[in-house]
Amino acid sequence: MDKKKKRSITRGIILAVLVLAIGYTIYSSFTKEKVEVIQRGDQAPNFELVGLNGETYRLSDFNGEGVFLNFWGTWCEPCKREMPAMDRQYEVFKDQGVNLLTINIAQSEFEVEKFLNNLGVDFPTAIDKTKSVMTAYNIQPLPTTILISPDGKVENIITGEMSESDIISYMESIKPE
Amino acid sequence: MEKIVCTCGHENAVGTKICGNCGRPLTEEAKSQKVLDMKYDGSAIRSKTYNKSIVDKIWNFFSSVKVGVSLIIITLVVSSFGTIFPQEFYVTAGTDAERALYYQTNYGSIGTLYYNLGLADLYSTWWFQALVGMLGISIIVASIDRGLPLHKSLKNQRVKRHESFMRRQRIIAEGAITKEDTSKTLDKVEEKLKKLNYKVRRDGTALLAEKGRFARYGPYINHLGLITFLVGVMLHQLPGMYVDDSMWIREGETRAIPGMNGYFLENKQFIFETHDNDPTTAQIQQGVNAVAKNYQTDVVLYKQSEDALPGQTDQLEIVKEYSIRVNHPLEHDGFALYQMDFRLNELKAMTFSLTNKETGASLGDVTIDLRNPKKEYVIDEQTKVILVNYFPDFTGFNDKGEPQTATPNPNNPAFIFNMITPDTPEGEISFVAIQQTVEGSGTGENLYKMSFKGVDTINMSGLTIRMDKTIPLLVVGAFIFLLGLTIGSYWNHRRVWVELLSDGNIRLAAHTNKNWFGIKKEINVLTEYAHLPQYIDQLDDEDDEKIKKETIE
Amino acid sequence: MSLIDLSGNLLEAAFIAYLIATLLIGGSIKSSKPDGAEKRANKWGYLAIIVTIIGFLAHLGYFITRWIYSGHAPVSNMFEFSTAFGMFLVGAFILMYFMYRVTALGLVALPIALLIIGWAAMFPREVTPLVPSLQSHWLTIHVITAALGQSILAISAVAGLLYLLKAVDPKKKGKERFWLEAVLYFLVVIVGFIAVTSGFKAAGYEAEYSYINKDDQELTIIYNLPPFFGMNESQAITEGAMVPLIEMPAFIHAAKLTTVVWSLLVGTVLYLLIRLITRKRIIEMLNPLATKVNLQLFDEIGYRSVLIGFPVFSLGALVFAMIWAEQAWGRFWGWDPKEVWALITWLFYAAFLHLRLSRGWEGRKSAWLALIGFGIIIFNLVVVNLVIAGLHSYA
Repeated sequence: MDKKKKRSITRGIILAVLVLAIGYTIYSSFTKEKVEVIQRGDQAPNFELVGLNGETYRLSDFNGEGVFLNFWGTWCEPCKREMPAMDRQYEVFKDQGVNLLTINIAQSEFEVEKFLNNLGVDFPTAIDKTKSVMTAYNIQPLPTTILISPDGKVENIITGEMSESDIISYMESIKPE
Repeated sequence: MEKIVCTCGHENAVGTKICGNCGRPLTEEAKSQKVLDMKYDGSAIRSKTYNKSIVDKIWNFFSSVKVGVSLIIITLVVSSFGTIFPQEFYVTAGTDAERALYYQTNYGSIGTLYYNLGLADLYSTWWFQALVGMLGISIIVASIDRGLPLHKSLKNQRVKRHESFMRRQRIIAEGAITKEDTSKTLDKVEEKLKKLNYKVRRDGTALLAEKGRFARYGPYINHLGLITFLVGVMLHQLPGMYVDDSMWIREGETRAIPGMNGYFLENKQFIFETHDNDPTTAQIQQGVNAVAKNYQTDVVLYKQSEDALPGQTDQLEIVKEYSIRVNHPLEHDGFALYQMDFRLNELKAMTFSLTNKETGASLGDVTIDLRNPKKEYVIDEQTKVILVNYFPDFTGFNDKGEPQTATPNPNNPAFIFNMITPDTPEGEISFVAIQQTVEGSGTGENLYKMSFKGVDTINMSGLTIRMDKTIPLLVVGAFIFLLGLTIGSYWNHRRVWVELLSDGNIRLAAHTNKNWFGIKKEINVLTEYAHLPQYIDQLDDEDDEKIKKETIE
Repeated sequence: MSLIDLSGNLLEAAFIAYLIATLLIGGSIKSSKPDGAEKRANKWGYLAIIVTIIGFLAHLGYFITRWIYSGHAPVSNMFEFSTAFGMFLVGAFILMYFMYRVTALGLVALPIALLIIGWAAMFPREVTPLVPSLQSHWLTIHVITAALGQSILAISAVAGLLYLLKAVDPKKKGKERFWLEAVLYFLVVIVGFIAVTSGFKAAGYEAEYSYINKDDQELTIIYNLPPFFGMNESQAITEGAMVPLIEMPAFIHAAKLTTVVWSLLVGTVLYLLIRLITRKRIIEMLNPLATKVNLQLFDEIGYRSVLIGFPVFSLGALVFAMIWAEQAWGRFWGWDPKEVWALITWLFYAAFLHLRLSRGWEGRKSAWLALIGFGIIIFNLVVVNLVIAGLHSYA
């Protein structure tokens, strides 16, 4: 009797392990794509870029302050539409410990400068020439905005165009206490 | 636990067909057989012994060879469905809608049905994976169930077997020896069989010779290999085990390698070569002008210093220079970069000539790097061209009259120039796109124009980046599989039982798990050497009966 | 004589040798009394094997000279692969002969090899330069091992066919008789394909048409058979070329369909002629040739060749294929149609072995399975390469 019970338990365990392993494989093959992308709550990858005016931006230098990271390109219409509002709100929030850095994806300085001048904005901008920051943050569509809280964590990821009120509430959300 | 006690006194597990000790047939079925069914040596298949709880039932389901074979056949048939139309991942389409459209336009309503049923991505559906998973369970359970009892029964073989066992073997001989004295017979048998590489054991008047027993383990070894391989495939899903990324890189560009943190790649040049053969019939029939010979990207692989951050490009160290070709990936640090795709002759630079419209005289040439244009191009002290704006992929004007660009790539470059010449020190504005020139408004007609002179082109290479930590496991799995398959296929387990009977006759029985032709050759040699009675193959005379009886429904 | 001409002549010599050997084996069966396989083959049979070996050596000579001429293993297009497959099939027959001393196997193995070589000759025979993905030693290793495995597996179908020719009563109505005759009808259709293709080639038939493919590009195509079916929106370029009877939509390759229909047509006519002249089913005609077959032995040969061929096939068609795929494309498995069909072949023979070992499917059932297995191998060679496009496409 005991032996039978033991055998049943052994079989049960073997079957359960197999089913779990297969179940996990199937489950993860469907959720895989989501895992690879950077997620809320992750430590924001550090980076260093040289801005248009020659100053160096290093993410870790902003420790203790919020960072509003906006990825864009000149061909991207929604990027262009949200920029003036971003510029306005940056003027409001920059004294409250919120930094704005917009990152252009590997275009020429000529194009970037012309584009920004025509728009009449002058927030800090850097060009990611090797696309390494874009790769580190796994940026797919443009615009994508990454909100980084004062403790260096990813607070939120916004893909697509933001309205001015969106921008206000997002900047509000990463303001240091 | 229930037991069946054989007349020889040996206790056998329920379900045993042939007594593990003396070899007497235990079931009615076995007793009625002219030739015993020797698979698993008649030992009880474990699953057959219990069928009580739900766990046992599931276990028994997967243990069944019938179920296993059914799973193989289902997998086989289902896999074939996936080859009717191309799978999704071979179709160049970005979105679901585009994919649906592809199947609809190319294959009509059948194509749409195919796509909607999920057959276009069959091999990654949950049910296909579950099917393969069940096959895996079946392999494991059936191997445990059959392998262990077989192992036990092979290990505990007794030399002397009962008459009813011997007589029910396929090859049997019984009778007086044809020459000499019986006292020497067993010695001669032993001598000969040892020469034939058998291991011989004797017990009184009985003799058991055996060789190639390990061949019986072949199937279990190859199943172990298959399971190892399947585990390797499953591990692909664990984060960090597998990287599959791709990148486009232009000649002259240096880019971060996606998926390969801290590494950068510079594309020195892309080379495309074709064979210079005369067109073959096949080429003519298919309208192919030239056959590709080589796709190659000459690259430099850089690594950032350990403490460097993304975005810093001033601390790159050269790791190696390499020419990536098809079949010759660049391998480094567990990663490999493969030549996958290319685009030839992308625009790189455009050259214009600053020309007087009336006289056609040129004041000089201006070459614009389309990836990195400058603010102004100075020809001489009084003559220069100022680039007012630049649109790499010009698509038209928006409702405010502003020129638009669709992508950052110079597919259709457009420029706004301000041309300053000694004749026009104030400058003349001109909008120039391919086959289109719009002149600045207000001041009337321009005196000068930027006339198109030529282009420089550049090639772009598409590379795939892969890293797969499961490869060693897959290699081990495939190796074990092939090893088991070889053992099980190319060796066979042969046994010969010989007994000197009390009446002075000799009884011989022989069994092999396959290749009866081979064992008969050995028995022929043995028979001649030890003057044994001629054996018969009990299945031989069945031939013609079989034909009459056997019909397949 | 240049190397490539020599190569072609050697192939022709091999073809003729196989033809003679087939006749010799036929003679050996007619002229002798039934004898067991273990007894020595008679004089005719002995001669047949010698001629077969001479043919095989000539075939090998073709293979090697072509290899030297082209600089790569001649297994890179339909002509080359099929001829190599035919060669390995004969090689596997010779191997089995030396294991079992049974010439009767050649009665089926050699005609099938002849059919395969004939089939191969219908495709362009020039040496084709290799595209980058094929420029690898793995082409040689993978394709040769896979073909070798397939040809050994094919011997089981050869043994199975002979087994069934004896075991199935041609006078008794039934499913088995029908399907066995269907297998032989299929072989006649291949003869039909060879006959019609070489017939129109000899007559110099050629007609060029333009058509619009599914990507809306205008292309041209040359028909070597009068078109029953026209390509999408086809227009004759050759003057006086006939108008296709039916025009097909873009996703059907009408030229290939025309070839299939022509082969079926001519094959059927041939088959009906055979039936009319002999007043017998083909299996009935062949049955006397198989009377000498020792069923037990042929069952064993069939099983044995699967046992020998299966590991070779696993190594060549799966393991080596995966190694090469990993090296060329960075993934060892990509669900390409050819890969899937190699897997299907493998699964099928795995099922064969399990059915045989654990469920006692021997004799007839096993022989039928062997025939189905060969059917899958041929499907993989013909349909997957010519119809289902993919990385391994030959057309």
